[in-house]
Amino acid sequence: MTQSRMDTRPDESDVTEPTLGPVAMLRWAWRQLTSMRTALLLLLLLAIGAVPGSIWPQRNIDAGRVADYLARHLSTGPWLDRLGFFDVYSSPWFAAIYLLLFVSLVGCVVPRSKIHWRAMRAQPPRAPRHLERLPEHGQIEVDGTPEEVLQVASDVLARRQFLGRRYRLRCEGLSLSAESGYLRETGNLVFHTALIVVIVAVAVGHLFGWRGDRILVTGKSFSNTISAYDTFDPGPWVDTEGLSPFIVAVDKLDVTFEEHSIGAQRGAPRDFTAYTRTQTSPDAPQVHQILKVNGPLTFGGTSVFLLGNGYAPVITVRDAAGQVLMHEATPFLPQDANYKSVGAVKVSAARPKQLGFFGFFLPSEYLDKNAGPSSFFPDLKNPALALGVYEGELYPQGRPQSVYTLSTEKMTQLKNAGGEPLRLLLKPGQTIKLPGGRGSITFDAVQRWAGLSVRYDPGKLLALIGAVAALAGLIASLMIRRRRVFVRLRPTGGRTVVSIGGLAKGEDPGLGATIEDLLSTIAQRSGTKGSDTNV
Amino acid sequence: MTNQTLAQYANLAVYSAMAVFTIAMIAFALDLAGAAPRVSASAPETEKEPALAGARSSASGPALRVPGDDPGQPRTRKAAGVAMMLTRLGGLLLIAAAAMRGLSVHRPPLGNMFEFALVGCMFVVVVFVAISLRRDVRWLGLFVIGPVLLTLGMAITVWYTDASELLPSLKSYWLVIHVTVATFAVALFTIAFSVTILHVVKTWLEAQDPTAMSRIRTIVNTALPPARSLDRTAYGIHAVAFPLWTFTLIAGAIWAEQAWGHYWNWDPKEVWTFVIWVVYAAYLHARATTGWSPRAANYLALAGYGAILVNYMVVNVYFVGQHSYSGM
Repeated sequence: MTQSRMDTRPDESDVTEPTLGPVAMLRWAWRQLTSMRTALLLLLLLAIGAVPGSIWPQRNIDAGRVADYLARHLSTGPWLDRLGFFDVYSSPWFAAIYLLLFVSLVGCVVPRSKIHWRAMRAQPPRAPRHLERLPEHGQIEVDGTPEEVLQVASDVLARRQFLGRRYRLRCEGLSLSAESGYLRETGNLVFHTALIVVIVAVAVGHLFGWRGDRILVTGKSFSNTISAYDTFDPGPWVDTEGLSPFIVAVDKLDVTFEEHSIGAQRGAPRDFTAYTRTQTSPDAPQVHQILKVNGPLTFGGTSVFLLGNGYAPVITVRDAAGQVLMHEATPFLPQDANYKSVGAVKVSAARPKQLGFFGFFLPSEYLDKNAGPSSFFPDLKNPALALGVYEGELYPQGRPQSVYTLSTEKMTQLKNAGGEPLRLLLKPGQTIKLPGGRGSITFDAVQRWAGLSVRYDPGKLLALIGAVAALAGLIASLMIRRRRVFVRLRPTGGRTVVSIGGLAKGEDPGLGATIEDLLSTIAQRSGTKGSDTNV
Repeated sequence: MTNQTLAQYANLAVYSAMAVFTIAMIAFALDLAGAAPRVSASAPETEKEPALAGARSSASGPALRVPGDDPGQPRTRKAAGVAMMLTRLGGLLLIAAAAMRGLSVHRPPLGNMFEFALVGCMFVVVVFVAISLRRDVRWLGLFVIGPVLLTLGMAITVWYTDASELLPSLKSYWLVIHVTVATFAVALFTIAFSVTILHVVKTWLEAQDPTAMSRIRTIVNTALPPARSLDRTAYGIHAVAFPLWTFTLIAGAIWAEQAWGHYWNWDPKEVWTFVIWVVYAAYLHARATTGWSPRAANYLALAGYGAILVNYMVVNVYFVGQHSYSGM
């Protein structure tokens, strides 16, 4: 079984029935875990395990859709939730698969590296006696004594690159062994080791990385501190006091949508550009920079990405005496492709009762028979605010709440003269008086906001290096072929019979050709040399 | 500004290519149907280098003969010759279609389902023609042009999207790098998939008694190269496609880092790209392991292609994620 001698993998066939004793049991379990069969099974489990995360909504991507799903599937939803189907990639069973795979990987790479290290320094094995039994072989008779031909053969094989390969030689008597293609196994080991590096890099990013999101209305700025973010998601080992103290101000946000096409493409976003002023620290000079969807801002290892945009109507609320109670740009969240946006205006300074406005901002308003006020285009073609008005207690028991919705449990909706809920439809510049001496609301102007996502991931460079190394190792392990070539010489009446046999690990369509070339080269060289001696 | 006239010409080229491929497919089918062993002596034809035999040494048996040929009596394969010519013509038409589509919108034609399908088909045909220059793969023609025709039909009817500009998130040079390589890898996986299926069929036929075979089975059996050769071809193409898919994954991660802030977001498209990678990795492992039958490895390869189909036809259209670029 010469084929199996080429195999540098730890032999799986000698996994025997476990003998008694805890050490033997552990050894057996380790062997099972690190066997190729288990690795394959784990790979397939990983593939299958990853699929549910693409089918069911995931909390880490879109918590809103998960809540929506749970609300619509009262019987199956809670069970799926218990089984971790909404947090697949942080669920214990998914972690179990990849941790076992990780261990299996380490358990495979370490012993194979040792074996390969030894093989790299060892001599090629002795040439087998019967070369004609090898899968590829050939024979030829040439001039010259066996010793002379042996010299020729080793010269040919030892030339640094015979057919693009470098052979390691071993001479013994009238036989020659040559081996090449060690890089195949090296590439294989580099690939698997690099995968371990990638996994470690992902872990580093998870432990030391963080992400913060901020909706920033044009004309405003924020500094990189936890309190400045709408949401902040740090890894377990992040020093939240030591964030780099940069400042970003968005002066202007240019947004273009498809205007010319009709059909499905109409209104599709075409370009988002934010004009920013940045400072690396409060004392540093201001720099004007452009932030685009594929062009983040970077501050050391931290990057600022433009991931969203929307509208922030500027609203002023006055009391009956004309005193300004509230004046600010209020971000509304887009709900559909035409930017029908939802938001709330909270006037905590209103007396005797607090006032709250809740409803929609519509960049291109029209009245839909079924859906009510809607938008027909994402850009500002006919901007309008459609709001309902509530009064009462805005923050019952001081609980935290979303700035985009109104908690109406301690509030009552205002009615119009006919007893219907009061609905306000405001155009820019318009002021509407609220009934019952409650003052007025003015829709001054529309501004845009930029959805900024700030990320810090110290593991990403390592992940990239690991991935590129893995690719290089993979190409080497798939393209390079490991082969052995054996030469035996036999004297026959003043001439020499050259037998050559080749052995490859796995498929090697080029091996036969190599042996033919080798035979003809030896014949040519020996022939020339022979004639030289004759002369 | 998009040039709608040029986009119309691109569509016209696609329709023409489909017409050409239809005739090519019929010709390939006729050629295979004539593969039954027969005694009639026909004019000898100079054959190309035998298909993928790779065995010039005396030990590995006689070099693989072109299927269906009795020794010394090669049949004329006029239909196959016509089919190959038409395939090249159709390939040129697809290249023209992709070029005109790209010129009509001043960008690489890689922005929606229609364009992915068009460029993918173009790559399949170009790769097939390139292989045919070095090896006799006329037996494979029907099984490559058939899927191409089907995909083009889907592209022009179901997935058709008007020529238009790109979404902001796609405006990056990574579009060319990431999507081109992804499409090329899928093209290779497609050819490998056809060869793998033929290998499964041929293995099944080779296990049968040739004298007791029905006529149709005999034809198929004679038309196809030996199972071992098919296996080698399938593995060889997979071994090229897999590193390309790995590159796709890495390039996608780099782009995701620039566009979305993180190199891996578990977006449905990313998940499926990863699933495909893992399944084909399992295939390569199964091939490298003694103790796994080639049949089991084949099923893994087929499962991998199934995942590619899901990734393209289901994930793009039905799953909510950041890769929602189908234009539908």
